[in-house]
Amino acid sequence: MRAFAQLIEALVYMPSRNGKLRLLVDYFGHAPDPDRGYALAALTEGLSFPSAKAGVVRGLVAERVDPVLFGLSYDYVGDLAETVSLIWPGAAAHADPPPLSEVVTRLSSASRGEAPALVAGWLDRLEPSERFALLKLITGGMRVGVSARLTKTALAQLGGRDVAEIEEIWHGLKAPYGSLFAWLEGHGDRPMVDDSAIFRPLMLANPLEDSDVEALDAAAYRAEWKWDGIRVQLVARGDSRRIYSRTAEDISAAFPDIVEAMAFDAVLDGELLVVRDGEVAPFNDLQQRLNRKTVTARMLTEFPAGVRLYDVLYDGDEDLRPLPFDDRRRRLEAWYDRAQPARMDLSPMVPFADWAALHALRDGARAKAIEGLMLKRADSPYLAGRPKGPWFKWKRGPLILDVVLMYAQRGHGKRSSFYSDFTFGAWRTGPEGDELVPVGKAYFGFTDEELAQLDRWVRNNTMERFGPVRSVTPQLVLEVAFDSVHRSSRHKSGVAMRFPRIHRIRWDKPAQEADRLATLEAMIVE
Amino acid sequence: MTTGAPAAGPHPESWIRVLPEGLYIAPADVFVDPVRAVDRAVVTHGHADHARPDSRHVLATPATLAIMRARYGDAAGGALQALDYDTPLTVGDVELRLAPAGHVLGSAQVVLTYRGTRVVVSGDYKRRPDPTCAPFEPVPCDTFVTEATFGLPVFRHPPVDSELAKLRRSLALFPDRAHLIGVYALGKCQRLIALLRGEGYDRPIYIHGALANLCALYADLGVTLGELRPVAGVAKDDLRGALVLAPPSAIADRWSRRLPDPVVGAASGWMRVRQRAKQRGVELPLILSDHADWDELTATIDEVAGRAVWVTHGREEALVHYAEGNGLVAQALSLVGRDEEDDGA
Repeated sequence: MRAFAQLIEALVYMPSRNGKLRLLVDYFGHAPDPDRGYALAALTEGLSFPSAKAGVVRGLVAERVDPVLFGLSYDYVGDLAETVSLIWPGAAAHADPPPLSEVVTRLSSASRGEAPALVAGWLDRLEPSERFALLKLITGGMRVGVSARLTKTALAQLGGRDVAEIEEIWHGLKAPYGSLFAWLEGHGDRPMVDDSAIFRPLMLANPLEDSDVEALDAAAYRAEWKWDGIRVQLVARGDSRRIYSRTAEDISAAFPDIVEAMAFDAVLDGELLVVRDGEVAPFNDLQQRLNRKTVTARMLTEFPAGVRLYDVLYDGDEDLRPLPFDDRRRRLEAWYDRAQPARMDLSPMVPFADWAALHALRDGARAKAIEGLMLKRADSPYLAGRPKGPWFKWKRGPLILDVVLMYAQRGHGKRSSFYSDFTFGAWRTGPEGDELVPVGKAYFGFTDEELAQLDRWVRNNTMERFGPVRSVTPQLVLEVAFDSVHRSSRHKSGVAMRFPRIHRIRWDKPAQEADRLATLEAMIVE
Repeated sequence: MTTGAPAAGPHPESWIRVLPEGLYIAPADVFVDPVRAVDRAVVTHGHADHARPDSRHVLATPATLAIMRARYGDAAGGALQALDYDTPLTVGDVELRLAPAGHVLGSAQVVLTYRGTRVVVSGDYKRRPDPTCAPFEPVPCDTFVTEATFGLPVFRHPPVDSELAKLRRSLALFPDRAHLIGVYALGKCQRLIALLRGEGYDRPIYIHGALANLCALYADLGVTLGELRPVAGVAKDDLRGALVLAPPSAIADRWSRRLPDPVVGAASGWMRVRQRAKQRGVELPLILSDHADWDELTATIDEVAGRAVWVTHGREEALVHYAEGNGLVAQALSLVGRDEEDDGA
């Protein structure tokens, strides 16, 4: 528990990705089994203890601490686990804390009646950072700025493996991952996993700029539309049917209509969309169906789901991933003709003579559900992760708006001495004349040199400070680029941009000439 | 419940008042730590929110007066009267003495006895050993006027050793990076240096220009700080592996860009709360405070306060609640002019 608590503490404060990796590799290389396996689970899938949840923690602290003092403290700190870790009375015993594995196994097997005393006993023995780690295990979600992917990358470094190899077997493994560590450290075979319905890591594409496309050999690439839904993997093997998101989350329960249509034995890659009468609905419609544990009959009728297929990974037991893209495409088409699955169609190929022709096609395609084009090398096998070269996403030219800088926030890590996160606004008519309303926030798109200039400008034009944030005089115009804009009830302006970034700094342009909110609203695709 | 002396004379409510200038002791006609220039001031210690310039008459310990002179020059005050610890002085109808507060060099509690009733104004204080100043002396009293900077039970400072160990581990783990630690110029800076020297850290320590004056003064007053070097003019590469101290305002500012890939730390009691530390861009939080934590505040109240506790600047509410729960008369004194974040915490 002590080493795990030290890891969590160090990760909380480590600003850089490489620093986090170093901490993780160091921990996984030194912590014993099965402790490190449970730590791995806590950092990736999360651990869940049915008899010990946040309610148990609240109950315990209510018994030990004056409720007025606890209330004042919780208001100040703002996080339950941290407040309790600090306020828990009594000095730590400085006894060796129990190993993480003991904590996990005893919590898992404790009854509802036993759990509170068990947790209280540990809190009495642990020091604050250990209490914090314990309480975060219980309340769920470590929130230490480490993604599952980063954790797996650390494992790959530890074992001198490619992270794709870990992804490949990951979803067939369970905590405490003894066989995985044995393999990574060279004293065990690659773990055998039950592959009936596991997720296979997706192949992802790199963005391509207009200026870079000419360098590619047009004849070596195939093109298809990039649809604006969510990327999914359909896995139907034996009796199992699963729909996975690109991060391996099982979202089958929200899409019973798709599951019903998966009457086949294959693993497919496609785009999940809402499709009405063969026409793809805007992304907002799909959002109505996402993040739901269950779905009503009415949702199914109003927002019917469909999958536009891109690729085939398995046909029956046959692993097609090593085949070149062209061959897989032929297999996909043949499979589709044979299987005739409901609610699915093939993403059509887009034939083109040269890049100029394709460019024109791309910019002509203003259909709502098309984000741009995918370019895939005809000879590319299906590789896990985001290899450089074989696949590109070539998005349609962005939308552009001139906005006014309103707030700047200090960045993190390397940027912690720079104001690098910028909130900007557009004009609208208010009760007292024109006023700026914030329409978005961007923290990339500029060069290091431009960042230094922006930083200086912010410092010289500050109106007010709020902790790490400064409001600035509304005088600097930024040209922002973004992929699309949608209605949003969560934003004061009523709109939300997708992927806004700073395209140019308009030092020359008077703020009064920046765009109005109405201009942005007109860009919404209904 | 306590060993405090019960009130034999008039309740302090009748002879101590909160005025716009600060805490006024009527029968002595003095203010304790007035927020602006007054005729007659008693100053507990040299932090800027307690020691204001330009009062006509200032009474304080010799070290506090030296600090005020170093900071304000001739504006430190008209007549500066030094009073050593534990030397009684009659001021008007009041017997006044200064007792060590353990906060920074020269820091004092003001012990006031009037017609048999004793009031102690703590100023800022801590109860842990500090190699740069005399330890806090508990003085039993009728009414204890306490600070409350860390007056919430979540503020419990860990042992000093464990925080120094954190710094040592980081220095060993990142030998190619500078370690830039934010410290308050008066007190924290010299205490951290002295603690490190006490542990045998004998490499030169680099300091921001704003820290130089007070470090020199501490050295003059007999505190061993070892070799200190200015950062200005040192090549970036020569600062790899070096320990660099700077005021908190400099650590996330342009000034820090001159350092090679610094590990940014801060030594402060505020570092106890993670999000606070993160908001300041701190990667290496050292929970090292010159103020009493919750346990020290409550233990001190239990130890010295006989009847009443008055709570000044900080989080008064929780401490008032605690004192009332322990049978004391408690109230928050709303003194103006205190800024929690710049309080040498």
